[in-house]
Amino acid sequence: MHPAPSVIFFTAFSGLGFGLLAFLGLGMPGLNGWLAFTFYFIAYAFAVGGLLASVAHLANPKNAIKSFSQWRSSWLSREGVLAVVTLIVTAIYAIGRIFFDTSMPALGAVGSALSILTVFSTSMIYTQLKTVPRWNSPTTPFMFVAYSLAGGALLAGQVTLALFTLALYLLIVAAIAQLLNWRVGDQRMLTSETNLGTATGLGNVGVVRQYEPPHSGKNYLLNEMVYVVGRKHARKVRRISFVAAFLIPVLALLAFRDAPHIGGMLAIIFHILGVIGSRWLYFAEARHVVANFYGK
Amino acid sequence: MTTLPSQTDTKLGLVIDLDTCVGCHACVVSCKGWNTQNYGAPLSDKDAYGTPEGTFLNRVHSYEVQPDQGPAQTVHFPKSCLHCEDAPCVTVCPTGASYKRTEDGIVLVNEDDCMGCGLCAWACPYGARELDLMAGVMKKCTLCVDRIYNENLPEEDRVPACVRTCPSGARHFGDLGDPNSDVSKLVAERGGMDLMPELGTKPVNKYLPPRPKDTLDCGVALNPVAEEAKGFLGWLDNALEKM
Ligand code: SF4
Ligand code: SF4
Repeated sequence: MHPAPSVIFFTAFSGLGFGLLAFLGLGMPGLNGWLAFTFYFIAYAFAVGGLLASVAHLANPKNAIKSFSQWRSSWLSREGVLAVVTLIVTAIYAIGRIFFDTSMPALGAVGSALSILTVFSTSMIYTQLKTVPRWNSPTTPFMFVAYSLAGGALLAGQVTLALFTLALYLLIVAAIAQLLNWRVGDQRMLTSETNLGTATGLGNVGVVRQYEPPHSGKNYLLNEMVYVVGRKHARKVRRISFVAAFLIPVLALLAFRDAPHIGGMLAIIFHILGVIGSRWLYFAEARHVVANFYGK
Repeated sequence: MTTLPSQTDTKLGLVIDLDTCVGCHACVVSCKGWNTQNYGAPLSDKDAYGTPEGTFLNRVHSYEVQPDQGPAQTVHFPKSCLHCEDAPCVTVCPTGASYKRTEDGIVLVNEDDCMGCGLCAWACPYGARELDLMAGVMKKCTLCVDRIYNENLPEEDRVPACVRTCPSGARHFGDLGDPNSDVSKLVAERGGMDLMPELGTKPVNKYLPPRPKDTLDCGVALNPVAEEAKGFLGWLDNALEKM
């Protein structure tokens, strides 16, 4: 699949933003006034920035408002509805914290649950596609949610022991989720029943090979769904993004235990770079079954 | 609504004969012509006089099939929307632009609602949807819904443009939900098949496999008239052999 910067940015930053909102809703850290404002500002910048990036991906954004209508059947629609509801609920909680020095724990908890649900529905947009065997597995939502919580915990700051420990453990869980996703994804590719033979129905006759493509130039299908460059560098990008997203942040947190601001900052920067690398690969490495028709 | 109808009154669709298609691309051209001048946004071309790139609703691939024994065959393979009964492209659509008609099962895009997210094209296993980059909306085969019911056209023209155009009679149009229709009989007789049945889309369109090739009794076309060279050629053969 074509790794469009808009979708990479969308999944990476909305995940981080909603992850942070999930922690803030639980009072981790439980700040009021200006400090709370700073944290909410970051969370909203990431979450809303990510959502706006996804709007940039649309070819006809003037109809974007209509995407709230099909929540009964469409995960993309559900994601939009949930994102907006979550932003409103958490905003009410945030206003209490910032301006009135009050915490509404029940509302905060609802906001946290909604934040995680939003990330889950983002992941389902990809998970539901049987046409991309690598994505079509339960490891996709697990990975998206785990990344979001790990990133959220990092962004929440390492001011308390609880947050410090949580960030550490969540990073490890996300690392496991990532490894699992790669493994299961590789298996899905190997065990996928679909090939040029089933795609054309000619597999019963013999071995099928394309000898002439249907068009001499490129087209939307090739640009969007038959992206082959990523598959070549997959192994290298995996290693780099894994080290950046998990290994360095864990080491930084442990090494700077006495100076959690420095350790936290280092961890956040590398983690974000790692998330972007991993998401690039998530798209670039995925093979859509339509590639079969083109023998790619 | 992007939920699918549980059942449709008819199942209009195409039957494509892979045995007779000669790969002339006439259906590709007539499809583009009709659908550029009629329903919805025209099918745009980019850089038409350079390296052309554009939107088409129908494309013809060409394959070589090598059986276990005997020579390889060429098969021309036209591909357009299969108007699936369980169409994944419809249910993923967030805006309600994509829908499947209850009356005849045709899958359409309402361009006034489409936001151009492209998710439906990702959900389609067959590459049957292309986002028009000029109009910013999703384009797909309409089964020429603006021809088949059009009483302003002479009756013989009330079929999809590709079917009307095909010079080799490789494309057939009809109700695949009615077991007594000509197309259903053709499918039964020739062993019509689904593409990628493993993905569970239940396509309405069917493909007729190429007929099995006949085989010759003898291994070679002609029996050799002389096994050994005689006369001058025999002498030359011997002489060259010895050198
Ligand atoms: S062929 Fe593709 S576009 Fe057509 S109905 Fe099936 S899934 Fe949808
Ligand atoms: S591109 Fe248009 S028709 Fe396709 S899913 Fe998006 S809004 Fe629906």
